[in-house]
Amino acid sequence: MSIRVLKPGPLSSLQDLGRYGYQRFGVIVSGVMDEWSHRVANILAGNPEHEASLEITLMGPSLSFEQDTLIAICGADLSPRIGESPVPMASPVLVRAGSQLDFGKRVSGCRAYLAVHGGFRVAPVMASKSTYLRAGFGGFAGRALKKGDLLDIGEQDPAIFAAAAHSRAGKPPAHPVTDRADAPIRFVAGQQWSAFTAQAHRDFCGQAFRVDSNSDRMGYRLQGPTLSLTAPLEMISEGVAFGSVQVPPDGNPIVLMADRQTTGGYPKIAAIASVDLPLLAQAVPQQLLRFERIELADAQRLHLERELRIKDIRRSFDNLKGAR
Amino acid sequence: MEPVATKDWRIEPVSDRCLMVVFGQKVDPAINARVHALADHLIDQPVAGVIDVVPAFTTVAVHYRPEQIAGVGAASSPHDALERTIAAILARGVTATRTEARTVDIPVCYDEEFGPDLLEVAQACGLSREEVIRRHGTSDHVVYMLGFAPGFPYMGGLDASLAMPRRSTPRVKIPAGTVAIAREQSSVYTLETPGGWNLIGRTPLQLFRPRNDPPTLLRPGDHVRFVPISRERFDELDRQAGESA
Repeated sequence: MSIRVLKPGPLSSLQDLGRYGYQRFGVIVSGVMDEWSHRVANILAGNPEHEASLEITLMGPSLSFEQDTLIAICGADLSPRIGESPVPMASPVLVRAGSQLDFGKRVSGCRAYLAVHGGFRVAPVMASKSTYLRAGFGGFAGRALKKGDLLDIGEQDPAIFAAAAHSRAGKPPAHPVTDRADAPIRFVAGQQWSAFTAQAHRDFCGQAFRVDSNSDRMGYRLQGPTLSLTAPLEMISEGVAFGSVQVPPDGNPIVLMADRQTTGGYPKIAAIASVDLPLLAQAVPQQLLRFERIELADAQRLHLERELRIKDIRRSFDNLKGAR
Repeated sequence: MEPVATKDWRIEPVSDRCLMVVFGQKVDPAINARVHALADHLIDQPVAGVIDVVPAFTTVAVHYRPEQIAGVGAASSPHDALERTIAAILARGVTATRTEARTVDIPVCYDEEFGPDLLEVAQACGLSREEVIRRHGTSDHVVYMLGFAPGFPYMGGLDASLAMPRRSTPRVKIPAGTVAIAREQSSVYTLETPGGWNLIGRTPLQLFRPRNDPPTLLRPGDHVRFVPISRERFDELDRQAGESA
């Protein structure tokens, strides 16, 4: 029993929380761009948070369900619907066998996450179901979805189906972007922060940067004032993180995202606070972004609070399951 | 072996989920040995909350889940707590676990089809094609790190007379297996990727094997010998590799 892909959309790929543990072999982490939406979608679909979800970019696929399936869609609102009925975002939804899930106009965001109860049944490669697009392994056949693909679904728990009916009454968890729609994206100083000019510091914290249309899962390229070093810097390749902001010699910063290389040799002016990475992941080309510096201890405190919020969402879902 | 990596290091934050241990500022075998001694230690005796350890030339990046290191209300931040843990490990001293270095032979066909830059390298270095091949083959290549692409080895030790800058315009597509040099380094492209190194040959060996454990042919610390082979031998080995894949 499975889901049939009638139309794939421009870039729909299976991703989980990433292929950590293999970067020392040069294997990139991959994984979802927006961890919040992925994790919440899995919770609402009754899955562990590390289960793979379908990351859908800008335009949705058309999927035909061959069995009753519990799903949840979080992140970008791409107007999902079944027949004429809109599918509510960030809620568990029971899709009946024979139904077709379609998407329409993009209302907000860049990436939607579709979780199905039981998960997608694909063989993990190096302990992850994430698709490594360039190397062609992981996920579904190592690639983005194509027309005609059949996605197998894992074992489903009937108790979860019953719980789904109850949880409709609950308020859908809000994406962090809703609290901070126009707020600046927070960052901590990068390792080479002090190698940049005072002007670069002022510009990065004060000016708006536009998301370049060349941005993708590997990195967000930003257009704005060019950022200069006080003196040329001879760098040796070293590890980089999700959200590292590196500045090549042309002075245009690049935020490293899910498909970043394991190491890099450009100076890093900043690292985006992990709580604000979902905001970036949902930013679309041409969108204007502003940045605000915070201290590392504050970034980590925000991260810990965010983890508690996710725990709360899981707890309320589990309570519903227990209360049926 | 004697414990190494007991002094001359510092720890810096990379992000709110990653920190870095820095052992030096130059590409040097002794510094790199300390890097891998710490990385091996952190892999063999995992620290709770650490999800990835990434050794490079002079640094070890440590990726972690902050909530698994120190929770809300803890006396110190996750970064400070992990920094202390790693500082304590370094203070005790970590021992290099690799007692003997491996030597790995990599067969290379240097035909022009596979090594389009070989002639240019020879001319720039004032050497014959054959002499470039000989010096590439007799250089003591040592793997410092894997990066850029899966299984892509950064190897030092190239004969200094073959040092060439990277190409000013990188190529868009370089076939997997292509053997390349830049400055005093050698490598092998493991996936079809863009790249700016000088291409001098091709190996039929697969340096990255996603379904193997470990997934790479080479490991940091390995010595590599490039062994020239004919086009016929290349085709034969290439066929065998295709059949076993």
